[in-house]
Amino acid sequence: MTNDLDIFVGNTTLIDEDVYRLWLDGFSVSDAVTLRLRSGILEQTGATVDVLQSDTMDHYRTFHMLERLLHTPSKLIHQLHFQIPPSRQAMLIERYYAFDESFVREVLGKKLSKGTKKDLDDISTKTNITLKSCRRQFDNFKRVFKVVEEMRGSLVENIQQHFLLSDRLARYYAAIVFFANSRFETGKKKLQFLTFEDFAYCAEQMIENWTLGAVDSNVDDMDVDLDKEFLQELKELKVLIADKDLLDVHKSLVCTSLRGKISVYNEMEANFKNLSRALVNIASKLTHNKDVRDFFIDLVEKFIEPCKSDKWTLNDVRLFLTQYMTSAHTVDAFRHQALWDRYMNTIKSCLLKMYHD
Amino acid sequence: MPGKLKVKIVAGRHLPVMDRASDLTDAFVEVKFGNTTFKTDVYPKSLNPQWNSEWFKFEVDDEDLQDEPLQITVLDHDTYSANDAIGKVYIDIDPLLYSEAATVISGWFPIYDTIHGIRGEINVVVKVDLFNDLNRFRQSSCGVKFFCTTSIPKCYRAVVIHGFVEELVVNEDPEYQWIDRIRTPRASNEARQRLISLMSGELQRKIGLKVLEMRGNAVVGYLQCFDLEGESGLVVRAIGTACTLDKISNTAFLPACNSPSKEMKEIPFNEDPNPNTHSSGPSTPLKNQTYSFSPSKSYSRQSSSSDTDLSLTPKTGMGSGSAGKEGGPFKALLRQQTQTALEQREFPFFTLTAFPPGFLVHVGGVVSARSVKLLDRIHNPDEPETRDAWWAEIRQEIKSHAKALGCHAVVGYSESTSICEEVCILSASGTAAVLNPRFLQDGTMEGCLEQRTEETSPLGCGFCHIPYDELNMPFPAHLTYCYNCRKQKVPDVLFTTIDLPTEAMVIGKGCLIQARLCRLKKKAQAEANATSISNLLPFMEYEVHTQLMNKLKLKGMNALFGLRIQITVGENMLMGLASATGVYLTALPTPGGIQIAGKTPNDGTYEQHISHMQKKINDTIAKNKELYDINPPEIPEEIIGSPFPEPRQRSRLLRSQSESSDEVMELDLSHGKKDAFVLEIDDTDAMEDVHSLLTDVPPPPGFYSCNTEIMPGINNWTSDIQMFTSVRVSRLSNINLTNQTLNKNFNDLCENLLKSLYFKLRSMIPCCLCHVNFTVALPEDEVIQVTVTAVAITFDKNQALQTSKVPAAEKTLQRASTDNEEQLQFPLELCSDPLVSQPFSPAKEVLENASSHTGIPAAQRAASLDKASPLAEGHLRHRSIPSCTNSSVSVVKMTPLSFIPRAKITKYLGIINMFFIRETTSLREEGGVSGFLHAFIAEVFAMVRAHVAALGGNAVVSYIMKQCVFMENPNKNQAQCLINVSGDAVIVVRESELEMVPVQPSAPVSQPTSAGGDVTT
Repeated sequence: MTNDLDIFVGNTTLIDEDVYRLWLDGFSVSDAVTLRLRSGILEQTGATVDVLQSDTMDHYRTFHMLERLLHTPSKLIHQLHFQIPPSRQAMLIERYYAFDESFVREVLGKKLSKGTKKDLDDISTKTNITLKSCRRQFDNFKRVFKVVEEMRGSLVENIQQHFLLSDRLARYYAAIVFFANSRFETGKKKLQFLTFEDFAYCAEQMIENWTLGAVDSNVDDMDVDLDKEFLQELKELKVLIADKDLLDVHKSLVCTSLRGKISVYNEMEANFKNLSRALVNIASKLTHNKDVRDFFIDLVEKFIEPCKSDKWTLNDVRLFLTQYMTSAHTVDAFRHQALWDRYMNTIKSCLLKMYHD
Repeated sequence: MPGKLKVKIVAGRHLPVMDRASDLTDAFVEVKFGNTTFKTDVYPKSLNPQWNSEWFKFEVDDEDLQDEPLQITVLDHDTYSANDAIGKVYIDIDPLLYSEAATVISGWFPIYDTIHGIRGEINVVVKVDLFNDLNRFRQSSCGVKFFCTTSIPKCYRAVVIHGFVEELVVNEDPEYQWIDRIRTPRASNEARQRLISLMSGELQRKIGLKVLEMRGNAVVGYLQCFDLEGESGLVVRAIGTACTLDKISNTAFLPACNSPSKEMKEIPFNEDPNPNTHSSGPSTPLKNQTYSFSPSKSYSRQSSSSDTDLSLTPKTGMGSGSAGKEGGPFKALLRQQTQTALEQREFPFFTLTAFPPGFLVHVGGVVSARSVKLLDRIHNPDEPETRDAWWAEIRQEIKSHAKALGCHAVVGYSESTSICEEVCILSASGTAAVLNPRFLQDGTMEGCLEQRTEETSPLGCGFCHIPYDELNMPFPAHLTYCYNCRKQKVPDVLFTTIDLPTEAMVIGKGCLIQARLCRLKKKAQAEANATSISNLLPFMEYEVHTQLMNKLKLKGMNALFGLRIQITVGENMLMGLASATGVYLTALPTPGGIQIAGKTPNDGTYEQHISHMQKKINDTIAKNKELYDINPPEIPEEIIGSPFPEPRQRSRLLRSQSESSDEVMELDLSHGKKDAFVLEIDDTDAMEDVHSLLTDVPPPPGFYSCNTEIMPGINNWTSDIQMFTSVRVSRLSNINLTNQTLNKNFNDLCENLLKSLYFKLRSMIPCCLCHVNFTVALPEDEVIQVTVTAVAITFDKNQALQTSKVPAAEKTLQRASTDNEEQLQFPLELCSDPLVSQPFSPAKEVLENASSHTGIPAAQRAASLDKASPLAEGHLRHRSIPSCTNSSVSVVKMTPLSFIPRAKITKYLGIINMFFIRETTSLREEGGVSGFLHAFIAEVFAMVRAHVAALGGNAVVSYIMKQCVFMENPNKNQAQCLINVSGDAVIVVRESELEMVPVQPSAPVSQPTSAGGDVTT
């Protein structure tokens, strides 16, 4: 005897969080049943495999029907079709938009296009995340990107507004959108040690300080695009390395204040010019899209790696960068103080975040 | 022109994309009532149109108001081709026609299409202005209240319970008309939905007229059903109990607490301001009532005279048996009064299952009647005589069965049909009972009041006492003296279709007991088919009964409540499914065990096998007793047998017993002591039976189940409830069809379904599944469909209270407020009941507030939506971040019970009675049959909730899915489903909020935000 039809519909939509997770992870019904079996649920409840199978199918059907609404979370909140308590709605949305660290590291900074979507097969094999789940995560990125891309106002707030995500998740999405828009390279081998959280932090810093929105709060794409004028102005900083006197004054100021405080004083003194050149060169090259994309590679290659090889501690880096930044103010001939701060504050935050002991 | 209907179309949201090119829709709305249609402007290029229309006004007769639904159609404007329909909303405006219910219907309704399902939502405001009409010959019955609840609704008091009302209307089924061959499935479905809506409106109006004729003002226990007779037509029939209800108001109630008779006269005001109802309603002092119009039906008041002819009830006499002894001369008088009161009626039936205290005097047992009919085409829809005659015949039979049990009334009465091709089984069942005349007739009220107090047994066992004469017992039964009062005779088991009376004394918990049965039948045509079904029916009834009895014994219990036996007919088989709630009544004797007797006693291994089985059965009984806390106090046998032994009576007892055992069994429901206790295993069939007895698995720990309103032994409910519907369709392919395999399959199907429910609801433990309602259908050959609707309620294990003490405490309170007919379904609430404990309770205010609330949100909503034009750019930035808790959708609870635990019903807003058809021609794409039906049932729930919310309500009680007809054709990738649901829309206030301002049913302020917020998506 086979059941042709087997359904359960509650006035309040019944949601099993464990099954939801399995569904989000892209497991088929039979895989989900196997996994649930392994969790020992039958022993706890005294149910049979048939019951588990039917229950799983039922939940999958419900999630399938909810998926359409999850694409526009505001619809889920206002629809009448499924009665779901607000706290559960929030859970459904939050989990639907959650993503895997290993997946996001593969996609971060890539163009959210059909081409990338085709690579999902490889990403799936590489990360051991089911293709279905990869697709969901990718489509989420793309959907959020499409909606907020052209919008005015704070990126995080816009995302929160339209997708009703938690503050933390909305920030992460802001980073993903920001990276996708500027196409920052994050996949190179040298960058593998960086976590998504590191990048998200950097993105936040850059959005706050380097975008159009940082100066004017009412322009299109304010949080998504970097402030072109600012990038242009950054060329002015070249004076710090191009002018021999300035460079020496700057160096002596930093060295004086760091003597005895930093554990790698000699290495620092020896390397000062190289490091300063690196930081200023990165700034001056940001007018080119290509160099913007390589921003993180440059930071790693030109700054982090040299420091690493000299065994700087995180504290050393912090002391150095703080001193490096503030000392420039006391260099008399240097006049781009505001510009310098806008640039260096972000660079400092990013480097400190990216510098793992 | 007695009424003006006003409709305003405010806005739409989440509309589907109708124009692929622009990904947008140019929507407009047609509002139709009767033959008048209005249209809104086209709102171009939006999925969230803001029509904000003027008030469309329809001037109509109130007859039309009752019959016609308001039809709202949303369309997509197309310049070059015909406009495409997006979907429809049907609104039943009946709740607006009686002033105590809703005053406005306002809110978001899902736009429904029979092919595509829900497609967006529309915001509508509906109002009705009724004009006074003093015309006595009118055809409308505006003002009569309808309730699905089968007890006296919570905020009302029964002044008079008039009795049975029934009506049926017939028509041709549009699906089978010639035109159906040329119209689209959508048009056909809509024609059907509309017709059924019209027919049920007409039916309700006609029933209302009958109620007015009986001088009632309400119908309680209203049950309306559809019979889809296919080629031969469509029948809509309804039954109910006419009552005169009076709204309980605190001011009148409190001071009168201790003098019930005084209170009757003290109801100074008429809560029913509708001038359409007769002036002789509850408002006038009942005693001095004079009726100005001559009753065409004979409700004369002669009943108060005591010299009524007794000969109509031959089986009851003054000096005989229990009757004479119980109440002495008074009892006889009471009986006379009641009988005459009831004999005036064609059918002394009551669809109620729970009663005001003292209403039910004795219960005789279950009476049922079935008949098999051949359907023929209904030629003239205006003359439904054939169907009427069929039902009259059945009801007559029920009446005579009740008489045979010494009862003059039938309570818990219901009717049902099962149709397969041209064969139809009509069934009716109820519980034979003796009633207190107090509620039945206005005149007798005063005289009986003091006497009634004596009459009610203080031990709550009165209803168990046999109403029939033990010398002339209609069937052999084993009688003993009541274990509570030791004065009257009681049967050894009691089967009823009603709920457990509140005063009943019960030990332990109850449990759901089901008997399941299949019988193969030869495929046949017409008369031959009907004959073979008729021949099978008695055997099925007998077997169902045996199964129930055995399972009851196995549970260690002695009474069944809420018994419902459903016999379903299919092409080649008959199915029987009986559900009831078993309990242990302290008044009845402890059930004996089950003994197994083998037929071939010489075989050693066989003997061993038998004794093994016997042991298993004994173990199960012991286990069940423990599981359900059944631990009756041990009473030495001698005491039980004759508590106050009078030699004469004892001998009589013996005599009657011997008589009965010699009697030839006429009724198949007979269970003398012998038959019930001894199972004879004489062939494999019987072996199977015993096995199946033992295969019923008890629910997992933490779960209980029942099919009644009250679960004995559990009363500390939490407010955590979950109503659900589960459907399974099983194909019996590749099975050698025999009665045994069929039985096993059917049994497994039901058991697995229950197991699945327990698993799904495991997070609610400790939990009780209440009002579990199974229905079986045989849509095709070898296909069984089982549908279950129930509500799971979590209870608080830690707060479990001593249940045994409750009935006593409750009784004293009940006596104190004799006429408080408010049925306290959960006895514990009594203590916290504001009506009792807080003299200056705000309940009245609550009522007023609540009623004004229904008005306010609508007005606010309308006003605020006026401003809600599409949001200006940049608005987004300044709007506060929406938290997910800011939902505009108000929560609507649904339950098949007549109450919401831990909450109080403050207002009834009218009945919900909805019929939907859904069809698909892309079954696979919609997720197969399961996906299709899952979505549809969810849609039905959504539409019920939306209607309730629009009425200003926040819950549906007495919800029932009366029909779920599912047909599929996988080869054509098609499926169709018809669902009919009903219930009472109510406003409930949580107990904890009673002292505070009641909950606002919806959040009007957030409405414009929601409408506007989506513009940008």
